[in-house]
Amino acid sequence: MFGLDKKDATLLVVVAILALFAPFILNPFPEGSAMAQFNAGYPDLMQRFVIFGIFAIGFNILFGLTGYLSFGHAAFLGVGSYAAIWMMKLLTMNVIPAIIVSVIVAGLISFLVGWISLRRSGIYFSILTLAFAMMMYQLAYSDLFGQLFGGVLTGGETGLQPKVNDPRILDAALAEGATPKAHLFGLEMGASYKLAVGSWEFTFNAGYYIAAVAMLAAFYMSIRIFRSPFGLMLRSVKSNQQRVSYTGLNPRPYTLAAFVISGMYAGLAGGLLVAMDTQVGAERMFWTASGEVVIMTILGGAGTLIGPVLGSGLLKYMENILSKINKGVLEGWFSFMPDGMSDFFIAITNLFVGKQWHITTGVIFMLVIIFVPGGLVELGKRIGNLLTRKKQPNNTDGSAKAEPAE
Amino acid sequence: MGILEVKGVNKRFGGLQALGDVNLSVKENSVHAIIGPNGAGKSTLLNCLVGKLIPDTGSVMFNGQSVLGRKPYEINQMGISRVFQTPEIFGDLSVLENMMIPIFAKRDGAFRMHAVKDMMSEKQVVEAAQHMLEEMNMADKHGMNAAAMSRGDKRRLEIGMCLAQEPRLLLLDEPTAGMARADTNNTIDLLKQISDERDITIAIIEHDMHVVFSLANRITVLAQGTPLVEDDPENIKGNPKVREAYLGETA
Repeated sequence: MFGLDKKDATLLVVVAILALFAPFILNPFPEGSAMAQFNAGYPDLMQRFVIFGIFAIGFNILFGLTGYLSFGHAAFLGVGSYAAIWMMKLLTMNVIPAIIVSVIVAGLISFLVGWISLRRSGIYFSILTLAFAMMMYQLAYSDLFGQLFGGVLTGGETGLQPKVNDPRILDAALAEGATPKAHLFGLEMGASYKLAVGSWEFTFNAGYYIAAVAMLAAFYMSIRIFRSPFGLMLRSVKSNQQRVSYTGLNPRPYTLAAFVISGMYAGLAGGLLVAMDTQVGAERMFWTASGEVVIMTILGGAGTLIGPVLGSGLLKYMENILSKINKGVLEGWFSFMPDGMSDFFIAITNLFVGKQWHITTGVIFMLVIIFVPGGLVELGKRIGNLLTRKKQPNNTDGSAKAEPAE
Repeated sequence: MGILEVKGVNKRFGGLQALGDVNLSVKENSVHAIIGPNGAGKSTLLNCLVGKLIPDTGSVMFNGQSVLGRKPYEINQMGISRVFQTPEIFGDLSVLENMMIPIFAKRDGAFRMHAVKDMMSEKQVVEAAQHMLEEMNMADKHGMNAAAMSRGDKRRLEIGMCLAQEPRLLLLDEPTAGMARADTNNTIDLLKQISDERDITIAIIEHDMHVVFSLANRITVLAQGTPLVEDDPENIKGNPKVREAYLGETA
């Protein structure tokens, strides 16, 4: 009953294989072809896939299991990022301390926020977390604490970057004019190996693989939490809090633990973002970033294991690929049509690409909510059911699916 | 001394005196029914017993300890389990999972993460849950989604979940409300069996006189927030005051 069953283990292996071969899978089109712009196999985007995957997996532990909808999780991601960059400024450019500290600091802050916000549930809880997140964003953007103590904490509008003359007590001093680069025991995050096969080019990036390992660890942890008695308690809180109370259990410690765990996941994602790209600005704490993780989780399927990963992948793909398609590209696509017709199609298509990619996201989100509320996971299941039903017309599946008796 | 002692309890909602000087003593191992017409204050009284409401004055003692000011989960830990008018179960979970939660709660009492698993004891929890389902005659439904069951089965599961905690006092709030006759009779049989076989006190709020007179060995009649009379069922049936206040209109 508890622990990983066969299905979970298979899922983990599949995700691991996908992550390992992502540079191939995401680059299906040959370089220089018309479809090459749909390739997502470049390091920057692949890193975002797995890092926001971690963010969404963590968010799902709170939202998917307990049903508490936080609108402030980007704040914990930002806190993690700031903690990581300070480790890089003070300690070392090695990413390990940065990542560990980002998780711990995000955990502490989320404990404080959760302690207060979880006094309320439903919409009031959401508003409280939103308020906290916006306060924290404002504190980071204005660097109020830094100013208060006459120094710099968040760097305000300009944010923070590692500088050559930062103390970095564990590292040897850098030569004047050198740029500090994040590394793992000497292996630079930006290091890439390019493999050319015919007209295809595949990039294997060190940073991506480190982030992917972190994502797999995070995914494994999330499976363990889903399948543990603790996970069962969280689901019971979502299902009927009144009954939890009248079963002699105080739901607060459970929801708070889930909140802190998901905050730590967000911190890990924030720390990894800094490891991949050594700079932080307050904008990643803005409430729209918190909304994004909500959309990712619901799009993929809240409360499912793989859903958040799929949702974050889809959203980040659209954000990065659709937004690159501009009018010039569209003109190329529709150039085979007669003039008036091509203008018409360009005008229509242009509504959904380039800077307007949010419109496409919105439409897809609406369609998912209305037709497959369970997200991409439910969509996959339905398609799977359709296919199996066609194979065996007499569906005699003996599972215990009883009709309601009332 | 009864296991539950209610003394001088008053509760006022604005201008409405919901409970006026209620005294009630529930004897250990009895089945005590609290009856009364609509608006008599039955539910208010029940809510005062489980920590949902706090009386304005008076005392509620359970097993020699005051329950006032304690949270519902603390009162539950003292040994009072409550069955609700509409079955409160975990609709999204399977029947077996539903049953496991009170067993976890009983074993652990407070919060435990269980991040590192103790496989052996978890196996015992599953076994205990399965055993409890067998006792409730619902072992065949263990994989079913709890929300998909009939009203009677939901009620049976809820009672089973309460019993899994081995409470000393089981409070039932109109357990047969909205049930078909067959389901009602099944519930009566189940409650009879529970009270015969277990070391448990049952307090029941009920509208249905058939249920009350088949189960109770002590009855308190509430009218307009005050206990009218407390007596054995035979005497209640013949009591003219009760007839006038309550039975006269319905029976």
